[in-house]
Amino acid sequence: MDFNFSQEQQQFADALRRWVDRDYTFEQRKGIVTSASGTSDAAWNTLTELGMLALPVPEEQGGFAGTAVDMMVVMQEIGRGLVIEPYFATVLGAQFLKLAGGKDDLLEQVGAGSLKLACAIGEKQARHELSDIATSATAQGDGFTLNGTKTVVIHGGQAGMLIVSARSSGAQRDTAGISLFVVPADAPGVTRRDYRTIDSQHAADIRFEDVQVPASALLGTAGAGWDILEAATDYGIALLCAEALGAMEALNAATLDYLKTRQQFGVPIGKFQALQHRMAEMFMQLEQARSMATLAAVKVGSVDANERRRTASAAKARIGQALKFIGQQAVQLHGGMGVTNELPAAHHFKRLTMIELTLGDTDHHLARFAAQPGFRKAA
Amino acid sequence: MDLNYTADDLAFRDTVRSYLEANLPKDLQHKVLNHKRLSKEDFVRWHKIVAKQGWVGTGWPVEYGGTGWNAAQRHIWEEECARAGTPAILPFGVNMVAPVIMAFGNQAQKDYYLPRILNCDDWWCQGYSEPGSGSDLASLKCRAERAGDFYIVNGQKTWTTLGQHADMIFCLVRTDTGGRKQEGISFLLIDMHAPGITVRPIIMLDEDHEVNEVWFDNVKVPVQNLIGEENKGWTYAKYLLGHERTNIAAVGRAKRELEFLKRISGEQQKNGKPLIDDPIFSAKVASLEIEIMALEVTVLRVISTDNAKRGPGPEASMLKVKGTEVQQLLTELMVEAVGPYGMPFDPEYLHGTHEHSASNDDDAAPLASYYFNFRKTSIYGGSNEIQKNIITQMILGL
Repeated sequence: MDFNFSQEQQQFADALRRWVDRDYTFEQRKGIVTSASGTSDAAWNTLTELGMLALPVPEEQGGFAGTAVDMMVVMQEIGRGLVIEPYFATVLGAQFLKLAGGKDDLLEQVGAGSLKLACAIGEKQARHELSDIATSATAQGDGFTLNGTKTVVIHGGQAGMLIVSARSSGAQRDTAGISLFVVPADAPGVTRRDYRTIDSQHAADIRFEDVQVPASALLGTAGAGWDILEAATDYGIALLCAEALGAMEALNAATLDYLKTRQQFGVPIGKFQALQHRMAEMFMQLEQARSMATLAAVKVGSVDANERRRTASAAKARIGQALKFIGQQAVQLHGGMGVTNELPAAHHFKRLTMIELTLGDTDHHLARFAAQPGFRKAA
Repeated sequence: MDLNYTADDLAFRDTVRSYLEANLPKDLQHKVLNHKRLSKEDFVRWHKIVAKQGWVGTGWPVEYGGTGWNAAQRHIWEEECARAGTPAILPFGVNMVAPVIMAFGNQAQKDYYLPRILNCDDWWCQGYSEPGSGSDLASLKCRAERAGDFYIVNGQKTWTTLGQHADMIFCLVRTDTGGRKQEGISFLLIDMHAPGITVRPIIMLDEDHEVNEVWFDNVKVPVQNLIGEENKGWTYAKYLLGHERTNIAAVGRAKRELEFLKRISGEQQKNGKPLIDDPIFSAKVASLEIEIMALEVTVLRVISTDNAKRGPGPEASMLKVKGTEVQQLLTELMVEAVGPYGMPFDPEYLHGTHEHSASNDDDAAPLASYYFNFRKTSIYGGSNEIQKNIITQMILGL
């Protein structure tokens, strides 16, 4: 048993952290937030140069074939550094391509940093249930016609290609009959409405109106997309858990620092037991969250799909609880400063809150965990 | 990053598992698995069975008759015992006084006491808390005055767990009242059969006799029963507190009790369906199970550093807090699961004098009592608030 990251993994993390500290500071980030695209080409180029895009790509396509644990190290730094580039969206999209196979050219472009992806998998009526799909894929000649609207597609406006879930058969909430496509974001009939999210990222609602795609756009087998969709999003959950872990670490560190430096009644406020015990609980929440993020990263590649689902949902639910506690208490312990937009802590809190809403919230994953075959008998 | 046990660890687990299958008496196992109360004879019997195997001193060095196991092996042993449903090897001798004797006792004390502790020849209890000294332990007043070759001990100890069975008590006593309160404390071993000792039961809210008051009225204690130096007892006590917290999270038992909770929740009916299918109840169970999953990994993380640097650090405080929260929530949900069937109370059933409970629901009968009993866990061994103080000082540096 070994809970340490390898030297190589640590080097990736260190490189990323050094870059954030030097070139992606809180002040520099403000400029990116207010820019039109809300992202930075320079930052993307650096992420590419640092090998962050090649990391999740298989060796055959010029990548480093990084594991989920490798990605955990990177996502922690993304979370700590409040990086708002379309990295998560692209890596998640690449996971769809990897699982489906046959899209080597696209993966090569992802690894080279020349292609950004976004995953158009949510719909207005679906909330967190990704099998609830009204967008239709109708077979036409050799290809398909897509019709429907996808909502809150993270970095959908910044992507070159979109992963799209659509229904080719079955009822609206069936897991059977789902097909996945990879579609150029500028294909005729695609309309994107880009907007900011409150954590300073971007998302888009995307309309597909008689969008013609060739058979080669299909990921995997028509009607059998659910397995890929579920496995890819479980992988995405492991990424988000690691990002949340990094953000929570940063929040705890900032809060602890504040308790040691902020003076009231002639002493640092960290001398007050009411605050000490809150901070001690934040520490314990963080450690429990670290355990679950680690477990998710290790198990998400499991060949046993039940084990994978169970662990991903457990991690997302537990980290959802931890991030709410840590986020809210960090703000509380920062007092008035905590509710301003001035401190990174506020932005970590906002990002964490949005992570809870991404790929299923705590309640969704508690229910999914309880619905797994192992639940009624203790595992 | 590798969360798997080594092949050696797995082989060790198999060895432990087959040992327990062959040696754990079925009647003891039945009592443990069914939340019944254990007698003195039950504890002693199991202790002596394990002693014959040489596996009592799991945290002891080999030179004293210990197993010399590493932290992972100790964890596996504890997990497997919990899984099988063994009685506990009570910690007062093996994990509490013995490490102090090893570290600070003289050769005669080591030679005499350690083999007897391993073999359960003496039943040990702990004399720390006093009515006025709980979390503020160093304020203790029970005093020992030197008179020739003896100390004369006067005062009172309380919350003495299973002291009614005890042959020996290890006590913190005040030998000096000048100076800082921590500096006048000594560590004495006292024969519980000595004249002047009175043990009075304290009946807890589960109506069980588990703890006691112990009164000392001019009790003569030979000076050779002093551990280490006079007035250095506080140092030894702090050393002991570190050892008290091995297996504090009790994840193995939590996993077994979770299984029990799920079984009864599958049998209980709500609106014509198993209770476990009720979304509100199942969300609570799911949340608890996830907490146990997280705690197990956290424990393993602490152990894996423990292996390298030896001895539990302040992280043990976190395991105590989270472990007891899990244990208490388990018992709470068990009572919730059986609902009104948890109300009948039948001590004779719990003590094994009746084969079945008065209400004839043997699963439900012990649960309310069990729930009330487990309220102690966040108070004993350093209350959870004290543990947060330790985290505050030792980890957070506030």
